[in-house]
Amino acid sequence: MIAGIMPQAEFVHWWFATGFLMLGLVLFAEALVGPEVWGMRPWRTYIWPGLCFVMGILMWPVMTFFTNSAIHMVAHGSWAEVLMLCGAAELGVARGKLHSQYWRLTSSLALIVSGTAFLVHEQNHWLFARAAFLHHTLGWTALVFAAFPLMLALRPRSMFAASGFATFFIVLAVLLYCDRDVAPIFGHLSQFAGPPHR
Amino acid sequence: MSADFAHRLRRHDDETAVDARSRALRARIVMALGPATVLGGVIWAVVQPWRLTLLHPHGQGLWWLIVEPPLYVIVVGLIFRLVIAPGLAEDLERVP
Repeated sequence: MIAGIMPQAEFVHWWFATGFLMLGLVLFAEALVGPEVWGMRPWRTYIWPGLCFVMGILMWPVMTFFTNSAIHMVAHGSWAEVLMLCGAAELGVARGKLHSQYWRLTSSLALIVSGTAFLVHEQNHWLFARAAFLHHTLGWTALVFAAFPLMLALRPRSMFAASGFATFFIVLAVLLYCDRDVAPIFGHLSQFAGPPHR
Repeated sequence: MSADFAHRLRRHDDETAVDARSRALRARIVMALGPATVLGGVIWAVVQPWRLTLLHPHGQGLWWLIVEPPLYVIVVGLIFRLVIAPGLAEDLERVP
């Protein structure tokens, strides 16, 4: 009964993709104009940390209703936790409650934890199905891009680091939009993956 | 006016002009981010029209009618262009 009224998992991936796309655009704009111009209107400084925190909260119902194994649940729970941690730390910095630039390291930690969770919870090989391919790609992308927030913590005014961090969210959004519940990847689909649909 | 002072004044004018050009370019890029995103959504809708179930709603379930990913991309681009970009471009102009 409940399964009948629940949205499909791919829909949830697209909703999060939409949130990450907005996050990427906001971060890219901030990188372009610099922190001084970005901070000229106080509400702007709350956009990305607020969005990140809210997406962390929304990840909890995803963990509760859309996971079908313990490792899957732990992965979604870890994404919820790091999204909230990263959003909360950045909110603290934006509000002026936290002063150290090294709070930005929480973003790097979030990407490392998220990437590891993607790789660990995907039990199938790259070409098993599109979802498996995307999990592997997302995991390695997050791990590689974790260098950018690390750079940003050490050099807060680096446009290169800020743009790289923003690019991660755009890439993440595109990859999540590519997700389908069961679909082939480069013509490959394991017979164990189930019947594909549109 | 000494030659040294004149050189410094000219260098200052050159730097100000370069800063103004750089700010104008950044403002243009900021204003273009939203439309570029909208364009991405439109291209997606054209390439995969079956993703827009509103175009052929007969027989679709509720979730398939609510979930229109190319429209989501377009909406994100519009929100960015209408809510965030204008103020940013304005603030870039105001920087001394």
